[in-house]
Amino acid sequence: MAEGETAMQPAAGASGTTAAAAAPPPPSPRRGPPAPGPDSNQGNLDSHLRPPEALRVIGQPLRRVDALAKVTGVTRFADDLVLPRMLHMKLLRSPHPHARVVAIDTREAEALPGVKAVITGRDLPIPYGILPVSQDEHALALDRVRFVGDPVAAVAAVDEETALAATERIRVEYELLPPVATVEEALQEDRERLHERTAYANVHKAVSLRFGDVEEALASAELVREDLFFYEGNTHLPLEQHAALALFDADARLTVWSSTQTPHYLHRALAKVLAPLPASRIRVIACPNGGGFGGKSDPFQHEIAAAKLAMLTGRPVKICLTREEVFYCHRGRHPVLMQVRTGFRKDGTITGMHFRTLLDGGAYGSYGVASTFYTGALQTVTYRVPVYWFEGARVFTNKPPCGPKRGHGTPQPRFALEVHLDKVAHQLGIDPAELRLRQLQPPHSLTANHLRVGSMGLRRCIEKVLEGSRWHERRGRLGRGRGLGLACSSYISGAGLPIYWNSMPHSGVQLKLDRSGGCTVFCGSTEIGQGSDSVLATWWRRSWGIDPFAIRVVTGDTDLTPVDLGSYSSRVTLMTGNAALEAASRARALLARAVGAHLGVPPSRLVFAEQRVFDSEEPERGVSFAEAVELAEARFGTVGTTGSYTPPPAPGRYKGAGVGPSPAYSYTACVAEVEVDEQTGIVRVPKVWIAHDIGRAINPVLAIGQVEGSVYMGLGEALMEEMEYRPHRRLVHKMPSMLEYKSPTALEMCEVVTYLVEDPDPNGPYGAKEVGQGPLLPVPPAIVNAVHDAVGVYIDEIPLHPHKVLAALKAKAEGREPRYGPARFPPVRYPAPLEVGLPEPTPAQPAGAAALAGTGGGRRP
Amino acid sequence: MMRLPPFRHYRPRTVEEALAIMDGEGPEAAFLAGGTDLLPNMKRRQQTPRVLVGLSGIAELRGVRGDSRTGLRLGPMTTLAELVRDPAVRAAWPAVARTAELISTPPLRNMGTIGGNLLIDTRCNYYNQSYEWRRAIDFCMKKDGRVCWVAPSSPRCWAVQSSDEVPLMCVLGATLRLLSPDGSERTVEAAELYADDGIAHLRKRPEELLVEIALPPVEGRRATYLKLRRRGSFDFPVLGVAAALQLEGELVMSARIAIGGVGSAPRSSPEAEAFLRGRSLADEETIARAAELAARPARPLDNTDFHMSWRKKMTSVFVARALRELRAGVAATALV
Ligand SMILES: Cc1cc2nc3c(=O)[nH]c(=O)nc-3n(C[C@H](O)[C@H](O)[C@H](O)COP(=O)(O)OP(=O)(O)OC[C@H]3O[C@@H](n4cnc5c(N)ncnc54)[C@H](O)[C@@H]3O)c2cc1C
Ligand code: SF4
Repeated sequence: MAEGETAMQPAAGASGTTAAAAAPPPPSPRRGPPAPGPDSNQGNLDSHLRPPEALRVIGQPLRRVDALAKVTGVTRFADDLVLPRMLHMKLLRSPHPHARVVAIDTREAEALPGVKAVITGRDLPIPYGILPVSQDEHALALDRVRFVGDPVAAVAAVDEETALAATERIRVEYELLPPVATVEEALQEDRERLHERTAYANVHKAVSLRFGDVEEALASAELVREDLFFYEGNTHLPLEQHAALALFDADARLTVWSSTQTPHYLHRALAKVLAPLPASRIRVIACPNGGGFGGKSDPFQHEIAAAKLAMLTGRPVKICLTREEVFYCHRGRHPVLMQVRTGFRKDGTITGMHFRTLLDGGAYGSYGVASTFYTGALQTVTYRVPVYWFEGARVFTNKPPCGPKRGHGTPQPRFALEVHLDKVAHQLGIDPAELRLRQLQPPHSLTANHLRVGSMGLRRCIEKVLEGSRWHERRGRLGRGRGLGLACSSYISGAGLPIYWNSMPHSGVQLKLDRSGGCTVFCGSTEIGQGSDSVLATWWRRSWGIDPFAIRVVTGDTDLTPVDLGSYSSRVTLMTGNAALEAASRARALLARAVGAHLGVPPSRLVFAEQRVFDSEEPERGVSFAEAVELAEARFGTVGTTGSYTPPPAPGRYKGAGVGPSPAYSYTACVAEVEVDEQTGIVRVPKVWIAHDIGRAINPVLAIGQVEGSVYMGLGEALMEEMEYRPHRRLVHKMPSMLEYKSPTALEMCEVVTYLVEDPDPNGPYGAKEVGQGPLLPVPPAIVNAVHDAVGVYIDEIPLHPHKVLAALKAKAEGREPRYGPARFPPVRYPAPLEVGLPEPTPAQPAGAAALAGTGGGRRP
Repeated sequence: MMRLPPFRHYRPRTVEEALAIMDGEGPEAAFLAGGTDLLPNMKRRQQTPRVLVGLSGIAELRGVRGDSRTGLRLGPMTTLAELVRDPAVRAAWPAVARTAELISTPPLRNMGTIGGNLLIDTRCNYYNQSYEWRRAIDFCMKKDGRVCWVAPSSPRCWAVQSSDEVPLMCVLGATLRLLSPDGSERTVEAAELYADDGIAHLRKRPEELLVEIALPPVEGRRATYLKLRRRGSFDFPVLGVAAALQLEGELVMSARIAIGGVGSAPRSSPEAEAFLRGRSLADEETIARAAELAARPARPLDNTDFHMSWRKKMTSVFVARALRELRAGVAATALV
């Protein structure tokens, strides 16, 4: 509670230092410097709510703590690690999309000089998987391969060439099985099943959740609109290829260094598969990741195989995947077919919605069950949807497995919903922005599917981008082939529930202070390029007045750091932030007591600032921070504190309610400007205006970087990125290379005008919400809506290949429906709906803000 | 990491030395210029020469001589980056410099040479893949296999001519001087060097060394090259339109058009060239008709980026744009 208050209402005097002559203005949430002009590309911090006390760190554009090491090439990524006597590992992968493994003969490979060990599925028979409900993977195929690229055997040898040559000497006898190439095939009962446990046919998961009487709402609506959309699958394309190094030391302890976003989950998977090796003898160290975007959040085959080979050979074993192999790890965006049927009043407000999704999951479960729920979870948090019905299904096909990519399962339905609304706005003759502003989900309310919305700054986000893009003057008036489009979105700031059921904290922070004045923060979070180490170093300035660069940050090491669930679901700033603030306030209390006793001043009168602890009434009376630690050490013994964070319990209590709840939701609005060449169908995006409600920008430079990165990625997904396979040639990936998997270069990148809107959330540290993923979501639909504004056709599937645009223009010229997109939704046997009903109180009468906001800063009860 | 297969590397200082090594090593050897095409191909085991004869130490193979009046002589080891900047090239045939600038990325242009560019392998996305990938499809006719997966009933390979400078050299009437280890020498028209077969795409023996590329005097001609690709950098052309015209006002005295990226060799269109002769480009109908004729021989298949029928459609659009650009006399700008 105390920290929550501090966050929202900084203690007076905290900024009064001996050095600062001028007294700062009194804290008032409504004052602050005026926002810069709307078009400065520096990112416009919408600072109306900035507490004006000298927040010298929070809200300041500080250099990253790891910046110098990164730009000078000193940072050691997993593949930079070298240990004495290190062996190199290569994987033999399946050339078949679907086959039974009848026999493997490794003798010839083992006989090759320089080869130290060869392992196959028999050496690692225990299945694993990121979700407890989908333990369907093996490090090396046990009896079946399910996609071209599925690992079958692993070799450790003295160098890469030898390991590679050895893999070519492994003889594998396969019995070919008919592959399942498409979702249509996966739905057929007579096809070979990839896994024993399915809902039916090759349907991995099928769900139906109903909140209120949707059919009645649609029947009584003034307009019912139904649209079909398709969002093609694509992959993360991190610059760093996955790499891992395993060491099994003389004390029989295993250490695995890896480019992983989730060291804790990798630790659990290793402990499971390598049993009886106890978890306590396994250490996972997450190296700084050269980009993750969700693609390094599963435990991977190469990590487990390297660990096993290190145990067998007693020598360190390393592997760095080739780019092609990274495509086979995949776990990227699911291709999703969507059908949305919505009832509207004449004024464009929604009366009820029925949303159907069909996901092509690829060969394994991965996060797929969660992904499936995510395709239906967040439709309700942006606009009021009084009653809602979601049906979703995910199928298995013989392709690399899909999983979480930036926005996990939500960019696809967001794309459908935002284009759908644009169509309705045109049909009803309402400005698409107005249509949205009319029905925003109120702050501090419950949605139809029982999600608790906290702060909600979407209105200001929309206003910002309308103003920046001069929407009202320019939309529809840009001349031939040019147009503007708007879309909005929302994303979670961390999943409300962990991946495996437990009642422990999601994030833990441990602090160590010593008499040198040094301070070390230990946290299991992982730096994946997003800046989490920097954010972690930032909190202490506010609590103690010490420089972030004086803090040593130790992260992502299961031996040294308390558990944090990992860098996924945009959870790190909010969750580790809250945990860090708790640890900080506990340590601060200790120091204050020791210094107070020493100075004869009540601890409440002490101020921590400018590396000092001093009396707010007599600022000259005080001690240095190092002396304060010394005093505390003398009085209490070694000074160390911990803090942890567990999200508030989710209001939903139904089966499936685990996906969607979050301590806080970020909001984004985006206007895209496009140019469409009507002769070629080529779409260019010169400029994007994007406003993101981040709650509070802890470090605006990092936040703007995340927004721009999201725009880049959304642009790529909208215009060109796609995972394509050759259905008639063994389902091989069509182009597993950085040259032929097209993603934008700097030359295709648009100009981005970023506005950070700050609507602090009571659950966020200093009100902060997420920024790493949400801003991707509105980009593809904004571009598609802009194409419609430009040339009057809707492209209901992405990527927006030029031939699709030409086909739609041709349809328009010939008087057919001016669109390009899917024509039908195959029959899916969804289960009978789970009649959840609406929450109490219903979203039509949102609960009082106070009642819901008072959840205590998300602290554990 | 992808590993190179083992090979021996020589670095001769003179043309004679290079040819002598070639003579001794026989068919297992290959010339190495910048290596930007050959080395990635070797990593994928598309080519596996046991011996590489590096040409980077041979000073006489570098540099540009001549001017717009005499014509230009390009040393094959001149890098693409040098070509982009070369004042004589920019003055005489600016399209050659601009086209070089459209190739790949700045680091690759620093390594890649004009000689190598004219001799790169044909491409196909069933072929430019790792050994393991190709094994998964049982390989293809071009390397290690029997069938062409792009056109399974076809007796030939349809891999795509993918150099940007090749179509341009063809319309300029460039000639290439080749030396053999036996001391014989020949000069061929660029257009004669390329054969419409994805495998035997060069009418040149592997041991022949390209020693000079000669561009003719300008004599009032104008040339341009338009490239279609997904992104503004990195990407090979999936369509490249080169055109050279001799104009009097807007009247066409002579025309040459060649289209790259839509077949195993650049496609020229004698019909379009004949049609344009004596006609005025002021007439949009003329441009449209010529574009349609020039696009006819284009035969894009499903083995590059983009939808093949769209690439076919774009051929006439790009030819028309090239002709309009030459009519206006402005620099090539439409980079796609
Ligand atoms: C990512 C990427 C993108 C690319 N994009 C493009 C592009 O957009 N457009 C394009 O045109 N090319 C592109 N390339 C291909 C290549 O980089 C260029 O064509 C380059 O100019 C090739 O020159 P090089 O000197 O590197 O040739 P090398 O690779 O050294 O040689 C190519 C071939 O020519 C032979 N050879 C070279 N010089 C001689 C000589 N003097 N006599 C006889 N034989 C010789 C070699 O034996 C080899 O077979 C790209 C390559 C990559 C890797
Ligand atoms: S065109 Fe056919 S034979 Fe030639 S490389 Fe492609 S698949 Fe192989």
